[in-house]
Amino acid sequence: MITLRINGEKHKIDVDPTMPLLWAIRDIIGLTGTKYGCGEGVCGSCKVLLDNSPVQSCMIPVSVAEDKNITTIEGESRNLQLLQESWAELNVPQCGFCQPGQLIAATALLDKNDNPTDEDINAAMIGNICRCGTYQRIKNAIHRTVELKNQN
Amino acid sequence: MSTIKNISRRSFVRSIGLASGGLILACNTSVFSDKEKAPENLIDFNPNLFVQLNSDGSLILVASRSEMGNGVRTSLPSVIADEMDADWTRVSIKQAVGDKKYGDQNTDGSRSIRYLYEPMRKMGAMARAMLISAAAQKWQVPEEECSAENHFILHTSGKKIGFGDLVHIAKTLEIPAEDTLTFKNPKDFKYIGKHLRSIDVEEYANGSAVFGLDKRLPNMKFAAIARCPVTFGSVKSFDKTATLKIAGVIDVIEIPRIERPFGALGGIAVVATNTWAAFKGRDALKIEWDFGDNQVYDSDEYMKQITENVHKQGKVSKDVGNVNRAFNGADKIVESTFQLPHLAHAPMEVPNAVAWVQGDTCEVWAPTQEPQASRTEVVEYLQTDREKVTVNVTFLGGGFGRKSKPDYVVEAVAISKAINAPAQVVWSREDDIRHGYYHTVSAQYLKASLNKNGNVTGWLHRFALPSIVSTFSPGVDYAAGFEIGSASNVPFELENMKVEVGQAPAHVRIGWLRSVINIPHGFSLNVFADELAIAANEDPLEFRLKLIGKDRIEETQDPIKYNTARLKNVLKIAAKNAEWGKELPKGHAYGLAVHYSFYSYVASIVEVSVVNNKVQVHNVFTAIDCGTVVNRDTVKSQMEGSAVFGISLAFYGKITAKNGAIQQGNYSDYQMARIHQAPKVHVEIVDSDENPTGVGEPGVPVIAPAIINAIYQVTGKRYHNLPLSDHGLV
Ligand code: FES
Ligand code: FES
Repeated sequence: MITLRINGEKHKIDVDPTMPLLWAIRDIIGLTGTKYGCGEGVCGSCKVLLDNSPVQSCMIPVSVAEDKNITTIEGESRNLQLLQESWAELNVPQCGFCQPGQLIAATALLDKNDNPTDEDINAAMIGNICRCGTYQRIKNAIHRTVELKNQN
Repeated sequence: MSTIKNISRRSFVRSIGLASGGLILACNTSVFSDKEKAPENLIDFNPNLFVQLNSDGSLILVASRSEMGNGVRTSLPSVIADEMDADWTRVSIKQAVGDKKYGDQNTDGSRSIRYLYEPMRKMGAMARAMLISAAAQKWQVPEEECSAENHFILHTSGKKIGFGDLVHIAKTLEIPAEDTLTFKNPKDFKYIGKHLRSIDVEEYANGSAVFGLDKRLPNMKFAAIARCPVTFGSVKSFDKTATLKIAGVIDVIEIPRIERPFGALGGIAVVATNTWAAFKGRDALKIEWDFGDNQVYDSDEYMKQITENVHKQGKVSKDVGNVNRAFNGADKIVESTFQLPHLAHAPMEVPNAVAWVQGDTCEVWAPTQEPQASRTEVVEYLQTDREKVTVNVTFLGGGFGRKSKPDYVVEAVAISKAINAPAQVVWSREDDIRHGYYHTVSAQYLKASLNKNGNVTGWLHRFALPSIVSTFSPGVDYAAGFEIGSASNVPFELENMKVEVGQAPAHVRIGWLRSVINIPHGFSLNVFADELAIAANEDPLEFRLKLIGKDRIEETQDPIKYNTARLKNVLKIAAKNAEWGKELPKGHAYGLAVHYSFYSYVASIVEVSVVNNKVQVHNVFTAIDCGTVVNRDTVKSQMEGSAVFGISLAFYGKITAKNGAIQQGNYSDYQMARIHQAPKVHVEIVDSDENPTGVGEPGVPVIAPAIINAIYQVTGKRYHNLPLSDHGLV
C-alpha cells in the first residue's frame, strides 16, 4: 500500500511502486485533469507540483511521491487560481489539452518569481509543448497575472 | 433587416414537440449545394440542428461539430444566439452525437462556419420570430409592435417579457415559412464579428474538461495494442507468457485487421486495469510479424525515386499556351527542385476511444472529428443497426485531421466486445507517431522563364506525391484532382503554363493534415516566386504583386472562384503592418508568402534572424481575408496557432521510414516548436461581408516558405528541402 497526498487529501493505493505517478493519479485515483502526452518527460502535459516543485508525473514512480505534497490542476493554490483567471480572460486555450500542465508550470514559476521576464517564462515553460501553439497567449497571461497581483 | 445569401430552396425548418416542455427548433442544415459535399449528404433531409429554450429562460444550443481548439462550440451557437437576440450568458451547449439528422458533422476542411453560418442564422431568426408571435398573442397586439432584445420581447408601449415566459405559447405555434424570416442587419450584431471567449474556457483551465482520454465508466478496462511496425503487416505468432505475469494485466486478445480506410490496423491488444499495465504488458509481448509488401519502403530511396519522376515528363494535367516556346525565347531560366518529407499530426491528445458493447448495441465516447464515419465503422464492424450504435463526441485534445480517421474507435469496440466490458483503447505517443495517416511526402520541380522586363513568360510545375486517394482506393499512384488544383490554379498571370504529375505509389496510409496539399504547393510556389524575384532583380513584394497581376476572378472548378484583388490586398496589408522595406537589426530579414486555400486569402511576412547559423522567427505579420467573421478571437488564435504549427513543420517536421517502419516515435525525435521559438504574431483580419470561408487551416501554408525566403535575405542561401533541422539551422 502506498499513500499519496494529493491536493491535501490522502489516497491509499495498492499498486506496483514503480508505477508512474501520472497513471496512479489518472487511472487509480481518477483525477483526470493531469494529462498524458508523451510518457517520457518531454511534453509537460503531466506536470504536477511535488512539494511545490514542478515535475513530470510520468517520470516519477509513486514510491518517490509517497509522503510528499502533490498538487494537481484540480488543487488549490493562490497563484494557480489567479493564473486560471488570466487564462480565461485572455482566452488562452485552444484545444485545452496541454493547459493543465502549462498552468502547473506557470504556478511553479510565480511561486518563486514575482515578476518574471519573457526569458524567465521561456526557461520555466520550455518543457511544455502546446501543439495548438498558444505560447504567445500563455506568455501574455502570465504577465497579466503579475499585473493583477500588483494591482491588489 | 437584411437577407441571407445563398439560401437553398430545399431547406426547411419545423417544430417538434418535446417532453421536457421546452421549445425545440429543428432545421435542415444542407443549405449549400457545395460541390465538395458527396451527394449522399444531400439525400437525408431529416430535421437536425436544435435550439432548446426552457421556461426558466435557459437556452441550450446544440453543437453538431467537434471542438478541438477550433472554437466551434462557441462560434456556431453564438450565431444562433445573436440572430435570436438571446443573452449569451444564458446559453449552455449540448454536444451532438453522430447522426445524419445534424447534417454533415465532419469537422475537417475548415468548413464548419462556411457550411453552417447561414443555417445557424436561420435557426436564430426562426426562434426569434416565434417568440415575437407568442408575445403578440399574449398581449393581443400586432407583431410589428414587438421586437426582441437580450432575451426579452419588448412592446412599443414599454412592456416586456422574458423569453422563458413565452415558451408555453411559442411551442404551440406553427413554424413560420422560411421566406417570411427576417434577419438582423449586420451592424446590429452583438456576438457575430466580435470577440467571444471560448464557452469552455473555465473547464479547460481547471482541468475538468473531459477529453476522450478522460472518459471513465464503471468497470472500464484499459487497453494498448501492439501493431505491426510495417503498415498492413500482420501477426504470424505471439507469446503472451511474460505479459500475463504483469500486475494489472487481465487479458491478451488478437485483433484482426479491418480492411477499410478507417478500419483497425489489427494487432495484439493487452487489456489491463490501468493504462500503464497495458503499456507494460504490450511491451512484454513477443510477436513474430509478417511484415508484408510495405517492408520495402525506405523513405530516402523513395525520395530519390519521386525526384527522378519529376525530372522527366509526367501526366499532363494542365497545358495552356506553349511553355516550350516560352522557354526557348527566355532571357533567363530558373529551375528548382523541392523535397518535403512526411509529417505526422501528433495532436497533444493521442488517439483513444471508449466503447461499451452490450449485445448488439454499442455506445462510444471518442475524441473524433467525424462522429458519423465513426458510427458507420462501428455499425459495419458489429453488423448491427445504426440505431443501436451511439457515438458521443468528447473534447478533442487537438485533431489536425488525425481524428477524422476513426480507426481507433473500431479498436475500442473490438476490445469491448471481446472482453464483454467497457474498454478504453489508448495509443501511446509512439503508437501515434508510428501508426498514423501521414501527410504526403513530395518532390516538385518548377521551371520558369523570364523575359528582359522581368516578366514570367513560361511556367512548368511537376510534382509527385502519394495521394490521399490511395488510402481509399489502394493502388492509386498519381495525385488526384483536389491535389492538383492548388498547382494548376496558381494565382499568377501566366500565358504559358503546364502542370504535370509524376508517379508516386503509397507505402503508408496517407491522410489529410491541417492544410493538406497546400503545405507542399504553398511551399514550392512561394519559394519559387521569391527566387524569380531575385532572378529578375526586383523587390519580392513588388514582383509578387506583379506576378499575381491584374484584378480578376479566376475560374476554378471550385464553387467559390478566387479573387486576385483580395489576394493582393492581404499581401499589401501584411506588408504595411510589417513596414516592409524598413531597416531591421543586423542578421534579421523579412520573407513573405501569400496563399489562397479553403477559400480564404492569407499573407504572412515573417521576421527571421540567423545568428550562429541558427534560425529564430521573431515576428509574424499575418493578414487574412476569410469573408464574414463570426468570432474574431478565434480567427486570431487560429492564425497564432497556425504560425507555430508552420514553424514546427519548417524546423522539425520529418517522418522517415526504413524497412517499412517509421523511425520516429515521440516528441523527442519528432519535435515541436516550444515557447522560446514562438514568435509574436500580429494578425489583421480584413473587414468583409462576403460569405465566410475557412480559418482553421489556411494560416499554415504561408509560414514555412516565408521563413525560407527570409533566410535567403539574411544568408543568401536558398533552401528547397525541409525541415531546417536537416540543414543544421535549428
Ligand atoms: S506525459 Fe509526462 S512529460 Fe509528457
Ligand atoms: S491548447 Fe491544444 S495543445 Fe495546447
